[in-house]
Amino acid sequence: MNLRTPEARGPAAALLHIDWTRCDGRGLCTEILPELLARDDWGYPLAYGYGSAGAGSNVPVPDTLLAAAADAVSLCPRQALTLVDP
Amino acid sequence: MNEALWALGRGTGVVSLALFTVSVLLGILNRSGRPLFTLPRFSVALVHRNVALLATAFLAIHLVTLFGDSYAQLRLVDFVVPFLGAAKPFWLGLGTLAVDLMLAIVITALLRGVVGVRVFKAVHWLTYLMWPVALLHSIGNGTDVGQTWFIAFAATCSIAVVAALVWRLSRGFIEYQNVRVERAS
Ligand code: HEM
Ligand code: SF4
Repeated sequence: MNLRTPEARGPAAALLHIDWTRCDGRGLCTEILPELLARDDWGYPLAYGYGSAGAGSNVPVPDTLLAAAADAVSLCPRQALTLVDP
Repeated sequence: MNEALWALGRGTGVVSLALFTVSVLLGILNRSGRPLFTLPRFSVALVHRNVALLATAFLAIHLVTLFGDSYAQLRLVDFVVPFLGAAKPFWLGLGTLAVDLMLAIVITALLRGVVGVRVFKAVHWLTYLMWPVALLHSIGNGTDVGQTWFIAFAATCSIAVVAALVWRLSRGFIEYQNVRVERAS
């Protein structure tokens, strides 16, 4: 199933908050959440389906990707990610 | 029995140093943000952690077995406070120092979320002190130093870590470094 548009992913169960002052574009989160995140030209995460600006600092995460998002939060080497209520 | 403990103590020491070396290499690779062939970045991060924990387990056996060794004459204080040992206090003290550093590194790494990024990073930098200290301890204290296999082992570990450090300090170490620098200027 192609989950690369916000519509296909459905309602957000949580928001993946990216703290840009911490993120160093290491690409672990984009590997763990390939349905949700691509890497921009500099290696930083960019949410699919929101145009070139991405979803900004809060990426809506559907229910099905919640567990993967939690893994990304705990594995980000810069502790740049948190899950917040939508 | 004593002989067996002594052999186990030496063996686990060597295995621990080998595993710490691998963990340092993986830590540096982790820092570069690059995958390892087909192993994705998050796996590199996990293997880095697990190898470090395994090295710690071997280190624990190393300490416990040599505690029972009559030649080394270890007291409990020698596990915590460096340079007080009865036999070879300097070289033993380096081992104790490495254990203290290692504990600090592993505990702050596991509690990253609690202590925060700054503390984690600051303490993690001590790795670059801990590894050479542990190596010197193994060379100065070890019974096997004269053996060819040990020399080959210590040399291999050293070359690997020095090579990784040279890479760590080189331009283009970080995956997107060249793009980021070019576009920014
Ligand atoms: C036990 C749990 C450990 C965890 C969870 C852990 C985690 C990490 C993480 C997340 C990084 C990347 C930091 C960043 O990219 O900013 C890292 C880097 C590194 N780690 Fe560990 N680590 C652990 C233990 C160790 C130990 C025991 C050693 C030493 C043998 C070690 C050596 C390194 C090195 C050399 C780096 C590269 C540091 C740099 O140049 O910035 N780690 N580790
Ligand atoms: S894992 Fe963390 S540092 Fe790496 S790109 Fe994602 S948010 Fe940024």
